[in-house]
Amino acid sequence: MAERLLEVTDLSTHFFTYAGEVKAVDGVSFTLDRDETLGIVGESGSGKTVTAMSVMRLIPDPPGRIVGGTIVHKGRDLLAVSKEEMSDIRGNDVAMIFQDPMTSLNPVFKIGDQIAEVIRRHQGKSKRESWKMAVDLLAKVGIPDPEERVNQYPFEYSGGMRQRAMIAMAISCNPDILIADEPTTALDVTIQAQIMDVIREMQAQYHSGVIMITHDLGVVAQMADKVMVMYGGRTLEDGPVDEVYYNAHHPYTWGLLGSLPRLDETEKQRLTPIEGQPPNLLLLPAGCPFSGRCLYEMPVCAGEFPALEMVEPGHGVHCWIPVAEREKIRAGLPQFVHRVPS
Amino acid sequence: MTDTESAASFAEPQLDSPLPVGSENEPVSAKPLGLWADTWRRLRRNKLALVGLGIIIVFLVIGVAQIIAGVTGIHGGYLAPYNPNAVNYTIAKAPPSLAHPFGTDYIGRDVFSRVLVASRISLLVGVIAVSIALALGLALGPLSGYYGGAIDSVIMRVADVFFAFPYILFVLLLVVVLGPGFRNVFIAIGLLSWASYARLVRGTVLSIKTQEYVEAAKAAGASDLRIVFGHVLPNSMAPVYVAIAMGIGGAIVTEAALSFLGIGVQPPTASWGNMISDYLNYLQAGQWWMELFPCLALVITVFGFISFGNGLRDATDPKLKE
Amino acid sequence: MSAILEVGDLKKHFPIRSGVLKRTTGHVYAVDGVSFAIQEGETLGLVGESGCGKSTTGRVLLRLLPATGGSVLFDGLDVMAAPRAALQRLRRDMQIVFQDPYACLNPRRTVKNIIAEPLRIHDIGTEAERKRRVFELLETVGLTVEHAERYPHEFSGGQRQRIGVARALALNPRLIICDEPVSALDVSIQAQMINLLEDLQKELKLTYLFIAHDLSVVKHISDRVAVMYLGKIVEIADSKLLYVKPQHPYTEALLSAVPIPDPRTERKRRRVILEGDVPSPANPPSGCVFHPRCPRMQPDPCTIAMPPLEVVGTAGADQKVACYFPTLYDPAGGSPASA
Repeated sequence: MAERLLEVTDLSTHFFTYAGEVKAVDGVSFTLDRDETLGIVGESGSGKTVTAMSVMRLIPDPPGRIVGGTIVHKGRDLLAVSKEEMSDIRGNDVAMIFQDPMTSLNPVFKIGDQIAEVIRRHQGKSKRESWKMAVDLLAKVGIPDPEERVNQYPFEYSGGMRQRAMIAMAISCNPDILIADEPTTALDVTIQAQIMDVIREMQAQYHSGVIMITHDLGVVAQMADKVMVMYGGRTLEDGPVDEVYYNAHHPYTWGLLGSLPRLDETEKQRLTPIEGQPPNLLLLPAGCPFSGRCLYEMPVCAGEFPALEMVEPGHGVHCWIPVAEREKIRAGLPQFVHRVPS
Repeated sequence: MTDTESAASFAEPQLDSPLPVGSENEPVSAKPLGLWADTWRRLRRNKLALVGLGIIIVFLVIGVAQIIAGVTGIHGGYLAPYNPNAVNYTIAKAPPSLAHPFGTDYIGRDVFSRVLVASRISLLVGVIAVSIALALGLALGPLSGYYGGAIDSVIMRVADVFFAFPYILFVLLLVVVLGPGFRNVFIAIGLLSWASYARLVRGTVLSIKTQEYVEAAKAAGASDLRIVFGHVLPNSMAPVYVAIAMGIGGAIVTEAALSFLGIGVQPPTASWGNMISDYLNYLQAGQWWMELFPCLALVITVFGFISFGNGLRDATDPKLKE
Repeated sequence: MSAILEVGDLKKHFPIRSGVLKRTTGHVYAVDGVSFAIQEGETLGLVGESGCGKSTTGRVLLRLLPATGGSVLFDGLDVMAAPRAALQRLRRDMQIVFQDPYACLNPRRTVKNIIAEPLRIHDIGTEAERKRRVFELLETVGLTVEHAERYPHEFSGGQRQRIGVARALALNPRLIICDEPVSALDVSIQAQMINLLEDLQKELKLTYLFIAHDLSVVKHISDRVAVMYLGKIVEIADSKLLYVKPQHPYTEALLSAVPIPDPRTERKRRRVILEGDVPSPANPPSGCVFHPRCPRMQPDPCTIAMPPLEVVGTAGADQKVACYFPTLYDPAGGSPASA
């Protein structure tokens, strides 16, 4: 069995704003093993980014605070370690790449200096050694002419190259866990393909666990081994990708799958969107956050959040609809929501 | 019960309806607020800005009352316990007392009355000078920003010239040319501060004019005039309101400085500036009250405008919105 | 069916000015010789990556930006040369829906005011008639009469896009240019919007030019798709054909880069990964604009002249490609024959 890298249990991160308490993440649990890729998928406000920031302990406080749960990394609870230890863990054991690399690259320093600095700080290498490592890392993530490029500033890089440089910086200390928060959302699709390729190569080489946070179910299908579907701060469904895509049990997952136009559709099918508007995070119901938009809502839904129900090994769902009923409803949905894999 | 029926009890067959209906369709914000209400909500949490607003209101009430009295001649043209210009040597240089809370000056005029009446000058200079500057700035700034090109170059170069000149020197020069007196002070300050308003408005116009709603108006066939005054200007005004608050404070200080130098408001008309100048000699003689109270009036009023302006800027700054 | 819009050799070059004297030191070739026609009632998709000139094309067509060259005929009428009165008339027929739900509505106007503005500009109806029309439009786009007096910031992104659509519909246009209308929306809301646009097209017999970077969305909604790269159209084809039988190497790379939300399909796919970045439109490559990234590039002729956009091989008139070495298909089967 693969080594367990991360075990998050019942994580809750709330934001205390003037207008009230926002339960950005509410009782989320997941695990990540070595060599495994977990996709966290959700729309804006689903809590997917806050989940990642919580694991990194990068929640701005105030207004945010992790109010409950445990985040265990190789036997150590990250919520119990000191700030100093945590900043050691960040980079060394857990690294993160962001949607906009410009937010984490300093515009006034050379790319090489920034990567070398991380290596020096975390590994105590000499100036010359770390610079040489920076060049090697840039070459590894596919930056052409790394000897030249290492001397350039972030603004001289294109968007795709900046993201490659971010990846180089993230893997510089050989972390066990790489968290990628919408790493390609700001990039064009041909550049996205390049970056996904780099992430996969790096994972194969370093045997890290990857958490891929995205709104794009296509990216998850392409990259992930397992997937967690979030909505309004809660996990609604999670499991191996094939399970979640071909044996989806939550009405929200059906809605997402039915909302997507597919490049490979041969006959034009009308999309089946999720009705209504995204939820107001200040006014979330006590129960299932999807109640109010769910077509199959029952009186119990808004009042109480359903417990985890395992429909298959590793495939969990939080939904009040009885499992037999769910399967019946799903059979009546358009084809690609319950598509039988070929 | 058949299978289809039981499924239907869960599945309202709404899948074909493309449009959300009913309550699901309500706007998302919990408590919808207008833009002004939103600004006010944020301003309200800034204590210093509220203090500033309070000072401004008191200042406005006193100043407007003085102007009304001056124009209509009610109560001898002033609203104060004593005639501000009435000389009475028998009570000269009296320290603060119940009868004269700010004391009297070297020829027995009531300092409290003079400070009250002088607010009229400060209010007038603030409003009139800023209005002149604003009128010029709001005419030239949008022109410059919206049309760009040669028009922009010419207007902005002229503005640069105004910026390059030492401000107080330029006002001095203008007042010397126009002759002293409060009307000319107003005009001089107004003429010289248009450039900052013009540049400010030009900057916001430049960013607003590329907004999609401006393009939408263009695509609908709206005229330039309609676009500038209907869409661009109203959305460019937030920083202007801040500049107005700050500008009034600045104009009051400039007037006081000119009057202090003797080329502003001429005695015996009371202005905070010429009082500060006039009474300076008596400070050394220990008759501090003459100097203190006009200074306090000036400082508090300007502080009011600046702290309110600062608060307003923070409250309208989208970067600071939660 | 006849062409409602004919675009010929359209060009938009932005001057680059530098120095104190603002002398023109070069040009950004944003749109550089684009030709296509849109048939009445169809949807033509215009797809490409950022900086390819697709949005600029839309704005030049509406004369929101002056063209550098070329012709645009709407119903046979020359848009580029239309005098003011004729242009006002044209503006009623051609409208636009924008990308950014937060920037496309004036934050200081009520929804009623926003939707009624085109009517007011064109002096259509009395105040009461305009109000009735606004209510009708709100319902057409799936909002309600109660929303009329509210301000844009009270709505979600999807609802704002609907308001933008209502404004575009106010003048009963025949052609709507949709500039990335769903790109800023969440997946579930995106699907609502796509369905709305499809319904409106059927109901109101609209013609769309649908500009987007998301090939899945463009393919879903369009009858035909034009692929743009660095200011030029490199391939234009029936949307199904484009997916099944792409001829241009860039189209192939683009198609293969789009992830499909189906894990097993994804595992089976062969991906063409392009090297490098898109060159700057200020300094486009010589010859074929795609040659620096093209796997099939031959120095002669690819670096010498841009190939024309034309029907190649056995492809029907529905497919045109601008490539010296396009992928050719066996007329019977459909598998690529050697080129």
